[in-house]
Parts: sequence; C-alpha cells; structure tokens
Amino acid sequence: MQIKVNDKTWTVASASDTPLLYVLSNELQLHGPRFGCGLAQCGSCSVLIDGVEKRSCVTPVSAAAGKSITTLEGLPIWYAAVRRLSVVPELHPVQQAMVEEQAPQCGYCYNGMMVKAAELLSKNPRPDDAQIRSAMNGHLCRCGTYPSIIRAVRRASELMR
Amino acid sequence: MSPLVRRDFLKAGGAMVIGFSLRDELIAQTRGTVAGPPDARQIDTWLAIHADNTATVYVGFAELGQGASTALLQIAADELDLDMSQIKSVRLDTNVTPNQGGTYSSASIARGGPQVRTAAAEARLALLGMAAKRLSIPVERLSVAKGVVSAGSSRVTYGELVGDRRFDVAFTGSAPVKKPSDYKVVGERVSRRDLADKIRGAHVYMQHVRVDSMLHGRVVRPRGQRAYGAGARVVSVDESSIRGVSGAKVIRRNDFLAVVADNEWDAVRAARQLAVKWEPTSALPGSDRLYERMRAANTTEEVVTERGSVGTALASAPHVVSQKARAPYQAHAPFGPNCAVADVKSDSALVMCSTQDVYATRRTLAALLKLPEKDVRVQYYEGSGTYGHSCYDDVAQAAALMSQDAGRPVRVQFMRWDEHGWDNFGPAHVGEVRAAADASGKIVAYEYHGWQHGWSGTEASAQLTGAPVGEFIAAQAMGVQGLNRLTCGGQYQIANLRLVNHKLPVTEYLKAGWLRSPLDLSFAFASEQAIDQLARLLKIDPYEFRKRNIADERWLGVLDAAAKAAHWTPNTATKRADGKLVSGRGIGLGTHLQSWGGAVADVDVNVETGRVAIKHLYGALDAGLVVNPAIVESQIRGQLVQTASRMLLEEVTFDTTGVTSVDWRSYPILRFEDCPDVTPIVVQRINERSLGAGEEVMAAAAAAIANAFFDATGVRMEQFPLTPSRVLAALKRAG
Repeated sequence: MQIKVNDKTWTVASASDTPLLYVLSNELQLHGPRFGCGLAQCGSCSVLIDGVEKRSCVTPVSAAAGKSITTLEGLPIWYAAVRRLSVVPELHPVQQAMVEEQAPQCGYCYNGMMVKAAELLSKNPRPDDAQIRSAMNGHLCRCGTYPSIIRAVRRASELMR
Repeated sequence: MSPLVRRDFLKAGGAMVIGFSLRDELIAQTRGTVAGPPDARQIDTWLAIHADNTATVYVGFAELGQGASTALLQIAADELDLDMSQIKSVRLDTNVTPNQGGTYSSASIARGGPQVRTAAAEARLALLGMAAKRLSIPVERLSVAKGVVSAGSSRVTYGELVGDRRFDVAFTGSAPVKKPSDYKVVGERVSRRDLADKIRGAHVYMQHVRVDSMLHGRVVRPRGQRAYGAGARVVSVDESSIRGVSGAKVIRRNDFLAVVADNEWDAVRAARQLAVKWEPTSALPGSDRLYERMRAANTTEEVVTERGSVGTALASAPHVVSQKARAPYQAHAPFGPNCAVADVKSDSALVMCSTQDVYATRRTLAALLKLPEKDVRVQYYEGSGTYGHSCYDDVAQAAALMSQDAGRPVRVQFMRWDEHGWDNFGPAHVGEVRAAADASGKIVAYEYHGWQHGWSGTEASAQLTGAPVGEFIAAQAMGVQGLNRLTCGGQYQIANLRLVNHKLPVTEYLKAGWLRSPLDLSFAFASEQAIDQLARLLKIDPYEFRKRNIADERWLGVLDAAAKAAHWTPNTATKRADGKLVSGRGIGLGTHLQSWGGAVADVDVNVETGRVAIKHLYGALDAGLVVNPAIVESQIRGQLVQTASRMLLEEVTFDTTGVTSVDWRSYPILRFEDCPDVTPIVVQRINERSLGAGEEVMAAAAAAIANAFFDATGVRMEQFPLTPSRVLAALKRAG
C-alpha cells in the first residue's frame, strides 16, 4: 500500500486495518503523532488528512491511502503550500508562537494542539478566544497549559498577518 | 586524597587505567561502562569540561516537563561563569549520573540546586588554580567570562585547561559560592532547553524508543484493578483464541499475563482477543460505600502534633465550627500512558523507562529479575507529565518480565485502560475538623482527624507474579502519607492544636501512591473551610481574619500577594445573587512540605443545573529564590488548572470488583472550554533558600475554590469533586 505523508510517497507493509498511528510511528518512525488513548478521546495522535484534523489512532491506514497526510513534522511544508509561499518556513506560525510563549510543559499533547490549531487558523485566521476554546475543546492537556495555548494561538494568528 | 581512596574510586568508576592523565576518548568511553552510582565525592562525577570550552553537568534529577533541567543548568552556568549556550546535561542513567534521590517532592532545585552549585564552585576554584599556574598570575587578579579566564591581555579558556580530562578533585563542598547579588543567570527568564525540539517533533519521548530485534508487548489484565492484595487471579487462558494473530505469543508468570508480537498492532489485537477467565472478587467497598468503610474501619491512631489543650479550649470558646471532607481517589493519568523497553539477558538487563528515580527502579527490577543490582542498568527517557508515581515502574517491570521470558528486547506500551485502571492512585481521604475562635477573632483551638491509607509498596506486575503486597516504606515518604502540619492549621498561630491520623490498612482498598501535592488538596478543602467558617461566624472578612491569625511573614506574603492581584475587597456576607447564576469569591492558604501558597478563586454556580464554573484563579507562591520565574509561573498556571480539574471533575470510580474509570470519558478532566483564567504570582525572595515550586499552590487553590463556592451559595461542600449532581444535592439539603 502507498501513502503520502508530508509530500512524500511511502510504500508501507502494514495490514490495511492497522491504525495509521502505528504505521507512522513504526514504519515511518515519525515522532509527531503519538499514542495517547487509542480511542480518539485525547488528540495526541492527530494528523491532517487533506487539511482536516483526524485521529490517527482510529483511522485505518487504508482509509488514508490516496490522500495527503500531514504530521507535525510536515506543518511548515503544508503551510507553505496552502499559503503559496515560495520558501518553506522553518516553523509553522503556530509552532513559532508556541516557542515564543514557552507554552509546553511536558509537551506530549502539543502534537495534537499544534495540528488542531493549524487547521483552525487555516479556516479561521482570526479566531476570538471563544472560537479557539471551542475548536480546541477535543484536545486534552494534563499539564494544564490551556491558557498558554490560547495565548499562543492568538499570537500565531498575528504572526500570519 | 590517599592512594587507597583513589584506587577505590577508580574501581567504582570503572576506569581501566590507574593514573591521573586519562586521555579524552578514554573518559568518554569509561563513563557509563560500570554500574553507578558514581562517587558523589568527586567533582568528575558532577561535571566535565570539554576541549571546545563547553561543559556537561551530570544531574541526578529528571526532566518531567517541569523545566528543572533548564533551571539546574542556570545554577551551574552562573557558578562556572559560562553562558547557557556552553552548558548541557545528559540523560539519567544508573551507569552515568549521580544518585541525588528521586525527582519528587519538588526537590530538583531545593535539594539538587545547592549540590550542583557547590560542585560547580569547586570546579571553578580548581580551574582558577590551573589558570593561575598556566598564566603565572595570582588567582585574585583573574576574572572569568564565558569560560575564558583572563587578566589584562593574558587569557586561557577552561577548555584549554582541562579539555575532556579528569579534574581529579575531591568534592568537599567547601568552595565558596557566589552571593545572590552576583547571580547573572539565576533569576533570569531563560528559555526552556527542551522546548524547541518538543515543538518541532524532534524530541524523543519514551514512547518513541525502538531497539533492534525488539518485540511489542501488551499486558493482559482485567480493565480496572481490583483490591490491592486481592490480585487478579487467572482461572483459565485459552491460547487458541489468538491463533489467528500472526506471531503473537502468550507470556505468563502466575497471574502476570501478557502477549508479545513482532508487530505492534498484532500485539494490541492479541491482547484484546486473548480469552481469559478471571476469578471473581468483591473485596472493594465500591465508590458509593467507600467513606463509610473508611470511617468505620479499625485504624491505627497516630498523633502527628499536639500542643496546648484542644479539648478544654474547644469547650470554652465562644465560637466553634466543624467541617467535614470526603475526598476521592484521583488518578495521575499521564497524557501518554507509560511505556518501557527492556532487554533482559541471562546475566544482565537494560531497561529504558520514565521513572522518577532510576536507582530505586533499578533496585526493584533487580529483585524481580533475580539479578544483582549492579548488572541492571536503568536509563531515563521522558514520557508525558507524570505528577507522581504513575505506572512507570509497573510498565518497566512488565517489559522486563516479558523480555526475560521471550529472550528478546520487548517494548511495552500501556494502553489507556492499563494506565487509568492500574494506577497508584492518590489516596482517598476523610477529614473532620473542629476549630474555635475567641470573641476578638483569634483562633484558639484546632483539631483535625484524618482517615487515609498509605502507599502501596508492590507494583501490579510484581504483585501478579505472586510477590507479596505491602506498604511503601521509604524515608522520603515519611510525613506525606498523613496529615500535613503546614496545611492543617500550620498557617496560623494557634495555641491549642491537635492533628491525628487514623491510618487504614493498605489492602482492601485501591493501590495508591504519591500524586502531586499528596492529600494536600483534601486537607485544605477541610481545613481552610473551617477557618473560613470562623471568619463568617465572627463577621470578619476572610482575608482580614487570616491576616489577624498569621505570625509568619512568608504566609502573610503569599496571602497579600494573591489578594492584591485579585483586587480583593472586604466581604463579610455571601453574595447570593438573584437568578440561576450566583457568583462568589474565596481565599485560601496551603502548601506541600515546604514553600508557601496563597490563592483567590472566582466561581459561578448555576443553582438550577448545579454546574460550577471556575472563572479565575490567582495563585501566589513563595518558593524562596526562584531560579527561573518564567518556569515557575508556568508551574503555577499548571497547578491552578490541574486543581480546578481535580476539584470539579476528577474521581476514580469502582464497584466491589474493580475500578471502572478507565479512560477520558469515565475519568473526565478539565477541557479548554471550562478552563479558568489564571494569574500566577511569584513572590521572589532572592536571599532565601530555593524551595519546591511544582506543587505548593494547589492546596491553597483547592481551598479558595471551596470558599468561593460558599461565598456564592451559602453552602459548605463536604465532598469533592463539585459535580453538578453533588452540588444540586447539597443545595437541596440546605434548602
């Protein structure tokens, strides 16, 4: 089976019912999407599939074949493509803002946080606080860094202007 | 140093060559080849200076996401006169890093800071001595910046002086350290060292670790632990039930049951599919009858503190109040379930895991594997935030057992239900407080009776193999499994005070361990509501009432700081607004084993639905000298949000058989939409000793929330979390 991840096509050996997360982690050895619950409850495994945030822990790899998968590692490339930038930035503005806000503590949930925030800003470049909270509500952070994430998403929105 | 001591050190450190001039490569090779801990009395154990004029500090504390690794380097950089870009630390490893004890009780900076600072000072002194000799200039005339020692036009770098060679200097602790007024890096808002990689997706979490020819393993257990001590007994296993899963194999040692497979998804499927019959048990009380059982149990009484005559004072005081607390088991629930990779051979083992204490984990693994401790090596890889004793030891043991049986390295990733269901939960608590004040508003008597059990000493994996269960006994655990003198009335000057533990047996309850600010939220919920009751009874503003009863300037400092940030205005009557939404504000004080925490909470309560919304939390923390205020502010924010979560939502549920809260639906935590605004306040005390800052404002915040709820509704809650049904029932009872 072939899958397209971060603009690159991979031939993978996993059985077709294997959740995409295990393929990304074990065959492609990517560190962005990571195991959190396996139940689509927490968001730590989130990826973009054709620009839409999906939980890779419950998405069979076969369902992603033929589509464009973006992981945390590929957010800058995806951003450049969506915004038609001639140069791929080192970091997506959401990532840049997270660094500037020094937002994470353990950072484990930040894969999903950044993927979801990137999706949000692609659809709504100037979300207010209520819209940020609502869009991000399906993503959990055990360290309780929600207030810093909200600030960082606002900052990212400004960086994108 | 005598030659004998010297040779002993070399043996212990594993160097193959006796002598004082080991070459660079040799040092790099020898470090890590022999079981630690390395000799803490040698400077070489603590740091190395490299030829490129950079330094490596060997720190025995784990980065748990709290930022301690950055702050400890700030301390070392300051003392060595190095730039932050010139200094790094290494992975914790029982063959490499010193044993500074576990990374708990927020001890990294409090205990580790002075060790790192004095080691760095001693190294600097040695470096200056070498520079003086090399440059033929007396030490007094030398100055250092960025690792360059100079006097006039003469200069030499640290790297040129020792570059990758050993110091061979004893760590005596006698070198003078810098005065706080000379700190350049300490006290600064230095960026976290680990965040850039975490944000790019380049950080290697434990869950990412893979080794050659490794198998994937999963444990097979009932979803949800049974009573500690009752075990989970296998009646029968039908191995043919996983015949269809390619390469999957069952591993069993008594009731320790697991599957391994080459492919991770096959291991997950096999664990799910394996048909196991478990022996039924009903040793637990069930969450509904928990507090009844605790209160009625035969307990061991232990007077923690007694002064004056509480009985007499309570009997004669004009104003007496009482307050109960019923507090649930709560879970660590790390966001990524724990994971470990073990490679166990017949004569040695390497285990990679997310332990808070590599040396303690090595000890328990060695006992389980029946290997000498020196032949077991434990390496630390950061997982997700753990907040105490989550399943990191359990998963390490599971991986080790599976590897020992399979004869290959095994990676075990706990599933969500393994972590939620088999956690060492923060213990439940029953508290009963009586307090009294005289007519002038002075607290004259205080008595706290607390019912709780201690921590479990045996991990689930070991327990299932048949290891006897017991209580966790360790010097570090003393005083944190029962009433906390600081949070239970210790904030105030009270002449007659008595604290009594009613210690429950550890079996027939849930497996327990230290959870961030152990039991302090429960204590403060009871204690600070009692104090608030006295203020209300005397019609004195709760902030003013506390001020009158505090003698310690550190407690006063955090109380004032929180009140000031929140623009506290005197308030002597509850604000029962009209309509279904009522608002209230509360204040509270508390801490863990050290430091001082003060908090103010603003809450809204919907009296029709019972829903409590925490609108804003202000948390003030005095942790002495704060090495990195930005990191501590982040810690305070996290503590406030986690406290909101624990006070409103978090409760481990169980029936008489086992735990039933096994994922994020059955054990909900706070989400974005319900997250309060938070205001962190660092009370910086440059000239005071650095103390813990990772858990010391939670008790205060818990108290402030409870008191704000009363301010809004006029009702004292006796149980948390403050769920809608519990709130509605309490409002109804109160009429």
